[in-house]
Amino acid sequence: MIYSKQIFFLLLVCFFNSCSNSPSPVDAALATQVLHFGNGSEPQGLDPHIVTGVPEHHLLISMCEGLTIANPKGGPNLPGVAESWEISPDGKTYRFFLNKNARWSNGDLLVADDFVWSWMRILTPSLGSQYPDMLYYVAGAADYHQGITTDFSTVGVTALSDHELQVTLNNPTPFFIKLLSHYSTYPVHKASILKHGSIDDRNGQWTRPGNFVCNGPMNLKTWELNKQIIVEKNPLYWDAEKVQLQEIRYYPVSNESTEDRMFRAGQLHVTNVVPLEKCPVYIENNNPNLRIEPYMGTYFYRVNTKHPVLQDKRVRQALAFALNRDQIVNKVSKCGQQAAYSFTPPGTAGYEPETSITFDPELARQLLAEAGYADGSDFPVLEILFNTQEGHRKIALAVQQMWQENLGISVQLVNQDWKVYLAREMTGDFQISRAGWIGDYEDPNTFLDTLRPNRGNNKTGWENQEYDALLALANATIDQNDRYELLNQAEQLLIDEMPIIPIYTYVRQYQISNDVQGWYPNIIDTHHPKYIYLDRN
Amino acid sequence: MFQVILKRIAIAIPVILIVASITFFLVRLAPGGPFDAEKVVPPQVMKNLNAVYNLDAPIFIQYADYMINLVQGDFGPSFRYPGRSVTEMIFTGLPVTLELAFYAILIAMLIGGLAGVIAAVKRNTALDFIPMTIAMIGICMPTFLLGPLLVLFFGIHLELLPVSGWDSLPGDKILPSITLGAAYAAYIARLTRGGMLETLGQDFIRTARAKGLPEHQVILRHALQGGLVPVVSFLGPAIAGLIGGSFVVETIFQIPGLGRFYVEAAFNRDYTMILGTTIFFSALIIFFNLLSDIAVLMMNPRARSDS
Repeated sequence: MIYSKQIFFLLLVCFFNSCSNSPSPVDAALATQVLHFGNGSEPQGLDPHIVTGVPEHHLLISMCEGLTIANPKGGPNLPGVAESWEISPDGKTYRFFLNKNARWSNGDLLVADDFVWSWMRILTPSLGSQYPDMLYYVAGAADYHQGITTDFSTVGVTALSDHELQVTLNNPTPFFIKLLSHYSTYPVHKASILKHGSIDDRNGQWTRPGNFVCNGPMNLKTWELNKQIIVEKNPLYWDAEKVQLQEIRYYPVSNESTEDRMFRAGQLHVTNVVPLEKCPVYIENNNPNLRIEPYMGTYFYRVNTKHPVLQDKRVRQALAFALNRDQIVNKVSKCGQQAAYSFTPPGTAGYEPETSITFDPELARQLLAEAGYADGSDFPVLEILFNTQEGHRKIALAVQQMWQENLGISVQLVNQDWKVYLAREMTGDFQISRAGWIGDYEDPNTFLDTLRPNRGNNKTGWENQEYDALLALANATIDQNDRYELLNQAEQLLIDEMPIIPIYTYVRQYQISNDVQGWYPNIIDTHHPKYIYLDRN
Repeated sequence: MFQVILKRIAIAIPVILIVASITFFLVRLAPGGPFDAEKVVPPQVMKNLNAVYNLDAPIFIQYADYMINLVQGDFGPSFRYPGRSVTEMIFTGLPVTLELAFYAILIAMLIGGLAGVIAAVKRNTALDFIPMTIAMIGICMPTFLLGPLLVLFFGIHLELLPVSGWDSLPGDKILPSITLGAAYAAYIARLTRGGMLETLGQDFIRTARAKGLPEHQVILRHALQGGLVPVVSFLGPAIAGLIGGSFVVETIFQIPGLGRFYVEAAFNRDYTMILGTTIFFSALIIFFNLLSDIAVLMMNPRARSDS
């Protein structure tokens, strides 16, 4: 009996260590200005030259800063470390004037040489960075990264003085300023990296709390694996006066339902997503915290144009015209997605694609008949490959139904584990596969470039020299209207050829507390912490 | 008994090496690699990455390198999380998972043991049927259902307990521990009932009663020791199962334990992490089985003489 009492007491101490009526973290945050942020998954790391992914992006924009920052309200980028810049008349040479108050979080002055060294680091082949191509627009950068030259002085980035940086490009590249807010172009603190390893050390310990030095509005405070990362206000940031948040706590909540419950219990200010099954319910109930905003991403079906049947353009067009996209977004995905009639989402940096893909089963059947498959006869069983996820399965089921009904063809669904699906796409072992593309920077080029010949992300086998030439010409054109005209021509060619079948344009669905102020919707879903604060009015 | 332990350890070493070897080749047979992503990296970058992690070497060289490092206690770096070693990640998640498992088994023992004893003593009465029915429901109810139900009721409806976290908010360990412990409580209740019924029918219990011992002493002093033997045999694999199978509870409650690393490593094809966690869990299962065997030997004189 004595033991039982002891165990009972131990239980009391261990568990009921206070079920108090203390305010929820969200309520308490009003006084402390601590933002509780649902960040999706555990970040791979914090080295801007190594990591890829959205959770890492959220963290890095708070702790580091590039030459420019994304505009929180959309539109042209704003000054970051560079307070201003000049562009030569031919659009190929940029001179950046760095903010003289820009400092690293350890107090060191941030100078132009820091950018030169940082860009040399990401372009160092042995580092194995996954985003070096963001700098391939810089003269000589691709050659250096591919080992054609080992002389970094041939790369077009030079420190003219401590506060003046010159960058020379291969082509005018009108979206170059936008690229500079991407974390792969951020400066890294040379002394900290070299203290914990070499320039090409992927496993250096410089990103750990206590070692991490960067130049953003917040500093790394603690990092508990799979639990939370806490960043606190950096008093040495050049624009520290504007920063009102004292702390941001990033929670790697990979389970959507858990995240939803955390939000409802007042443990989060912002969620990463809304659970698939909850979204229509929240829309119907007019949930005041639900946000559905345009997002720069396209959900599409990739067609293997090397497949004997699918190499015929008319078959691809027939498949595209037989889909009722409005029905898919209104009855299947049901979370505010927009039917897509182009690859580039409308409104990307003011670009409006002029393409259309009508839902016309009659025309679709006619095209299929012209290709030799009248009423779907002799058409082999078509396979749709997708990675295991309920949302993809539902859409594939709807597409299967529409193709069977409108074209009279048999369609089989094949779902695979994520890595198996990727491997099959990479090796061309598919007929039709589900795909999605989220832009890296706000410009149509981030979409259209992927389907140029020899691009790793093409994966359709489709190669069109006219399309390639149009994009090359567009990227050498300085005038924005002329450039968009050329891109529109390329887009029309792409939609006519249909190596990809656009389904819908993504939206960002998430929940946000009404206490969060200074948070504006934007197509790239970038919310810079220096504009955010908490207030309940 | 010392010989038994030595013999078990001698068997455990080759078992672990075989597990490591099979896992090494199996993960490499699975399609897809650790650096495959929706956004394909240029071939040059892939080549560089493979070189950094020694993946461009012939498979048997990679195997030999891995085994040499393993024998020296080095699980290698994680492919998914640059800058983190597998050993570091295991030992970051392990204390949390062990703590969760400890509370869960404590709850399971307390509730299950008590219910089992009462059911056995009050055989074929309401006090037998009701707890055993609840136990059967507990066995059948998966944690991914029980967890959210508890959260909705205690966390969101009553606003009494936090809905997630571990060591972050007061009381955040209660719901996950109950969720994980519930299914095991049900098993333990049934095992205890069975064990107790068998023991209560034995001669030495009749002798104790004939001597005039009060009933509670007969049960607690004499019957319980024998009645709990099946439970103790079950505890070894159960604790290992709790640690290895805590993934669902860790995900539901956002707990930074080892189970999440284990499952995510498989999805990410994080070769070294898969290997590290598999080897570690194998060792853990062997260890807990050994512990439970030793406990049974100590509790049961017949088993002692057999060994």
